[in-house]
Amino acid sequence: MTAPTSHETPMPKPPMQNIQHLIPEFERWKQRYPSDFTGSLTIPCLRRIQEERGYIADSDIDELVAYLGVPRMQVDEVIAFYTQFTRVPLGNHHLQVCHNLSCSLRGAEGLVGYLCAKLGIQPGETTADGKFTLSTVECLASCGTAPMMMVNDTYHENLTPASVDALLEDLSK
Amino acid sequence: MSGRKYFMNFPVTDSSHSLAAYKARGGYQSLQKALTSMQPTDVTKEVAASGLLGHGGAAFPAGRKWGVIKLTDGEPHYVCMNADEGEPGTFKDRWLLEHVPHLCIEGLILASYAIMGRHAFIYIRGEFDLPFRRLRDAIEEAYAAGLLGENILGTGYSLDIVLYRGAGSYVCGEASAMLASLEGKKGWPRNRPPRLTVKGLYQRPTVVNNVETLANIPAIIGEGGETFRKVGLPKSPGTQMISISGHLVRPGVYEIEYGYSWEKFIYEDCGGILGGRALKCVIPGGVSTKILDANELKGRTLDHNSALAAGSQIGSGGMIVIAEGTCMVRVARVIQRFYHHESCGQCTPCREGMGWMERILDRIVRGEGRPEDIDRLYHISTANDGTTICSLGDSAGYACSAILDHYRDEFEHFITHGRSMYDGSLTVEDPFAAVGATT
Repeated sequence: MTAPTSHETPMPKPPMQNIQHLIPEFERWKQRYPSDFTGSLTIPCLRRIQEERGYIADSDIDELVAYLGVPRMQVDEVIAFYTQFTRVPLGNHHLQVCHNLSCSLRGAEGLVGYLCAKLGIQPGETTADGKFTLSTVECLASCGTAPMMMVNDTYHENLTPASVDALLEDLSK
Repeated sequence: MSGRKYFMNFPVTDSSHSLAAYKARGGYQSLQKALTSMQPTDVTKEVAASGLLGHGGAAFPAGRKWGVIKLTDGEPHYVCMNADEGEPGTFKDRWLLEHVPHLCIEGLILASYAIMGRHAFIYIRGEFDLPFRRLRDAIEEAYAAGLLGENILGTGYSLDIVLYRGAGSYVCGEASAMLASLEGKKGWPRNRPPRLTVKGLYQRPTVVNNVETLANIPAIIGEGGETFRKVGLPKSPGTQMISISGHLVRPGVYEIEYGYSWEKFIYEDCGGILGGRALKCVIPGGVSTKILDANELKGRTLDHNSALAAGSQIGSGGMIVIAEGTCMVRVARVIQRFYHHESCGQCTPCREGMGWMERILDRIVRGEGRPEDIDRLYHISTANDGTTICSLGDSAGYACSAILDHYRDEFEHFITHGRSMYDGSLTVEDPFAAVGATT
């Protein structure tokens, strides 16, 4: 048997650095899946990685692809498709204002305008000090308590100028 | 009093969602009953006898969906609970997941038992943080109590539940897109047949049910299907969780028995319209259902047949109330912006049509509408109908054409005069109006 030529040599797997400490957790998740459907872990793993870093770096994707054995294209597609994934860092606090119908009927446009004025940014932008990113989003299933916004993972409902002021002050500390 | 209650029949406290509180209310007795005295087919028969209709929006009979699964085909079968609540106006499942997570889990175990499933899935929308944590903790409680995992309650039946969190996509509420997402892919719906009950998750027979549908199952097994059927109406048995929002004094989640008066619900239970205004129209079951104006609601009851007779649907129970004086052109624009944002981009009529409709409505709202715009909006709505894989495009078309049918004069006025027939306002009592904030 002849030695393999260089182009047949399998690509060495990158050493796990970014996600190594998460592998035991991922392995535990696998236990409840029917069998070896590891592709299903793509979204949960990406969520967990983003939770740690705040965004998903290229090197994270390389390591996840190697760990799960799924095509890189599949992971790239997933990140691009779902609105909650980001490949760029956001501010410390991500303010996501719902501006769908029920919230618009109860003052979402005024809320967005108020936040733009207070923070000096437009939706989609991050303040210069890196503290706040402002986004407008579609329905967050909080229609009965409109207007509302999600700050990182937490819902803040029935917002008024006074409650927004208090919240921003609290987050700025 | 809006009739009998299945879900909201206990006082909500800081611990009423716990396993101990749920058991104290009689929780998991239906599971015990089913696993010890009923065959899987008996469970399905009971659900079919109850006449339970799916609560996700399509109102398909739940028992019939389960009955399609061939228990002897030797394949693994899966149940997936659809907790990807994202239909604008709908927030009733969130209440169930936050306040009665064990009821939802018990329903899911019963459904899995009925189709002899070994694994079940809960697909919860990514933005739901508190419901996710409540559900995760409830699942762990159930495992610790021997209600999940190997050999449940010593009966020999085993089930694992995977709690799967989405990552922000409305279209993943569509069953086939949800399964694609569960497989770790982007949420693209797929053509059917084959139906999901034939080839679903991992190409295996799969039942997808809404949270509220599954939350009804313990009552059906506990009381028996025939007893359940005595609540509500013969063709709409049981109750419906209604999440109501918009220009309303008391918005929120209510449970009503089918057949309850629609006007009484809005004017008495929900306190009527904000600012003493008159009612202009209602979107009955999430923005995908056709709007009904105040006249069409007169004398109508809250149930599937009554809504169908008026040309609309109860849908997912997400009711949006709009007061007189609201600019319907701007309402249409907000709805269309949503559909454009959420189109998955797989089918050309939807991907291109949604954006086209949004651009036209944007132009009208900017005061630059053209006379041909109304016909064009109708044309795009119709072109979408039935030409896409899922119904996102159809729904957007129905929503837009129903507003045009009812309020064409507002569109004509906006196009002719370059401004709204009203003051262009969407709000009645805007908390931010006083500070003069505008976008």
